[in-house]
Amino acid sequence: MALILTEEQTMLRDSARDFLADNAPISQLRQLRDSRDAIGFSRPLWQRFAEMGFTGILVPEAHGGMGLGHVEAGVVMEEIGRNLSASPFFASSVVAVTAIRHAGTDAQQAQWLPELAAGKRIATLAVDEHSKHRPDGIALRATKSGDGWRLDGSKTFVVDGHAADWLIVAARSAGGAGDAQGITLFLVPRDAAGVEVERVAMVDSRPTARIAFNGVALQASAVLGTVGAGAAALQAALDAGRAAAAAELLGLADAAFERTVAYLKERKQFGRLIGEFQGLQHRAAMLYVDIELARAAVLKAQQSLDADPAKAAAAVAVAKARAGTSATLAVQEAVQMHGGMGMTDEFDMGLFMKRARVLQELFGDADFHADRLALQRNY
Amino acid sequence: MTQTAEISTDLAAFRAETRAWLEANCPAEMRRPMTSEDDVCWGGRNWTFASDAQRQWLERMGARGWTVPAWPREYGGGGLSGEQAKVLAQEQRALGCRAPLTSFGIWMLGPALMKFGSEAQKREHLPKIARGEIRWCQGYSEPNAGSDLASLQTRADDRGDHYIVNGQKIWTSYADKADWIFCLVRSESGAKKHTGISFVLFDMATPGVSTKPILLISGKSPFCETFFDNVRVEKANLVGTPGGGWDVAKYLLTHEREMIGSVGDRDIARPIGQVAAGLLGTDAQGRLADPLLRARIATFEVDEAAFRLTLERFVDQAKAGQASPAFSSALKYYGAELNKRRHELLISAGGSDALEWESDRSRQGFAARTWLRTKGNSIEGGTSEVQLNVIAKRILELPEA
Repeated sequence: MALILTEEQTMLRDSARDFLADNAPISQLRQLRDSRDAIGFSRPLWQRFAEMGFTGILVPEAHGGMGLGHVEAGVVMEEIGRNLSASPFFASSVVAVTAIRHAGTDAQQAQWLPELAAGKRIATLAVDEHSKHRPDGIALRATKSGDGWRLDGSKTFVVDGHAADWLIVAARSAGGAGDAQGITLFLVPRDAAGVEVERVAMVDSRPTARIAFNGVALQASAVLGTVGAGAAALQAALDAGRAAAAAELLGLADAAFERTVAYLKERKQFGRLIGEFQGLQHRAAMLYVDIELARAAVLKAQQSLDADPAKAAAAVAVAKARAGTSATLAVQEAVQMHGGMGMTDEFDMGLFMKRARVLQELFGDADFHADRLALQRNY
Repeated sequence: MTQTAEISTDLAAFRAETRAWLEANCPAEMRRPMTSEDDVCWGGRNWTFASDAQRQWLERMGARGWTVPAWPREYGGGGLSGEQAKVLAQEQRALGCRAPLTSFGIWMLGPALMKFGSEAQKREHLPKIARGEIRWCQGYSEPNAGSDLASLQTRADDRGDHYIVNGQKIWTSYADKADWIFCLVRSESGAKKHTGISFVLFDMATPGVSTKPILLISGKSPFCETFFDNVRVEKANLVGTPGGGWDVAKYLLTHEREMIGSVGDRDIARPIGQVAAGLLGTDAQGRLADPLLRARIATFEVDEAAFRLTLERFVDQAKAGQASPAFSSALKYYGAELNKRRHELLISAGGSDALEWESDRSRQGFAARTWLRTKGNSIEGGTSEVQLNVIAKRILELPEA
């Protein structure tokens, strides 16, 4: 498949671009932050996401969605990145939907996907238990209890976990840390007894949650799919999330870079435009090439997920690693080249830098993914 | 039958015929992978074929025009459509056929002549390039005109029906083996820097032409210094207009950049990490036994994979008419820097073994010499700094100083 967007995908990108620039610009994030908004995104905006069909982009048409793929979800993520738009699209429409599609029985999919597609409910994946992403080390315990289950343990860095209706919890129902078998996914209502949610204010003004599970009692029907066989679905959901986060990083890098290049063309010092200085020209050119590499890697990861998610791991690792390093470089150079202005809260560049850092960490940073690629290549 | 179906049936038939012809005509010896530079066939008046098979393979492919499958038949090409040429390349690859001919005439001068040459020049030179009869070299750089190529000083004095050329070129690849040269000369004295340059062709056997090979930090090289002492060049051998040589040169350099950019994408079939694991071993978790080297290699392999995808994307964009021509500078810059990184890592993985210079064990210092040679990747064909200038000005449109 050609590594460019199709005509339909380009049209979707253009409409997402207009939609997000009009309805969720950076000023909205600033307003949510300054008003210390409890959920950290705009409910009316989420309603508009549903009207646009974005909430159901990855949901099959039979379940009320658009039945599109990861390239399409990615073009929306890129525009989210450009505008630093706050919404549960990543957590609910990409990651949770993918988890349910891969793990859920037909009946579960028919029950839950239409709700997510319509944006009536929000779901999120609770996977991390440590400050670094280590999905092989899941220790939250699922114990058989009568006909049902009991969950004990804790999760951290749960995206939109404070606002979600449903938590998809990755738990260990058998075996020990590192075993591929023995992972079970549960769909847990956030208001279930024993679930304690702490809303955590983060550096990027997008709250996440630390969640404690204290003897949470669940019926057998809370198991997503088959007991002990959740690892593959978890992997699929994580890879979908990684490709989506990479796309958000790419859009963010593009926006930071465009602002920087524009600034180089208007800011004067020593009687000259600073963009005339070769020291800055070369750094801008290197950054440009760096971002172009990320762009190719991100599209490849999305296309690979659409072709066969089981074979997409290497492409996803490359994309998440590359987009993470490119966006990091983009925001660092942006702050430096904007000089003192770049350090002020009033100017937006700091918001880009903060969001980029969170997205780097999310579902594994560049080091994690380079390590993963190396292991896949047997060294 | 629809038109598309008809074409695909024709293409399937073409594929079958092509395969049958290649099976019958490509000697077995020419289907084995090349093992060294000596296996490359450059052709030319003084070429000594490495074997009968190499000669037969060039003659047979040349007679069919398949050394340059997409060139028009009247200029010695195969007259194939883009689709057919792709099928031919696929079938050659499938059988493991070596390239019958490698030449600067094919990938540099040919395209420039096709665009800027007169009908007579095309008929004179292109068929000889196609058949491998004349080997070409490129006379661009001078001792005082490297990155600033347009400041070149080699002079061509107008003597009515001919020029008299005096001056010196440097970094002329294979000048000592080439039959003819395509050369930039200053023909209009007093004209502006970029407008006084002409693009001329002449025989390296013309009286007054001499060459001297250059020894590099990596050892022997194809590069030469080339001297012109009152060399007579007929005006019939001027390509394009007098003083219009810069346009021809720029066109040609774009081709060169894409070629050199692709060095980031060849060379080592096995991922470096696996090479290093073979040399240094792995720990109980299967990780390379040298953790810091492993981290550098893994980061490199991420970048390498992304660069390959960028090349692939550039080709797809070009096909869709979405590519920016200046992007070849981005590919040249990154590909060259990547290749330098690759060989630094290979030397790290090889340790002192990779620093041997002469032994058979080290294939005469192959690793060390290759590593040193890659340092030129970011100098030749436009330095990395020049590529960054091009990106800054033509893609980012930053202001001129």
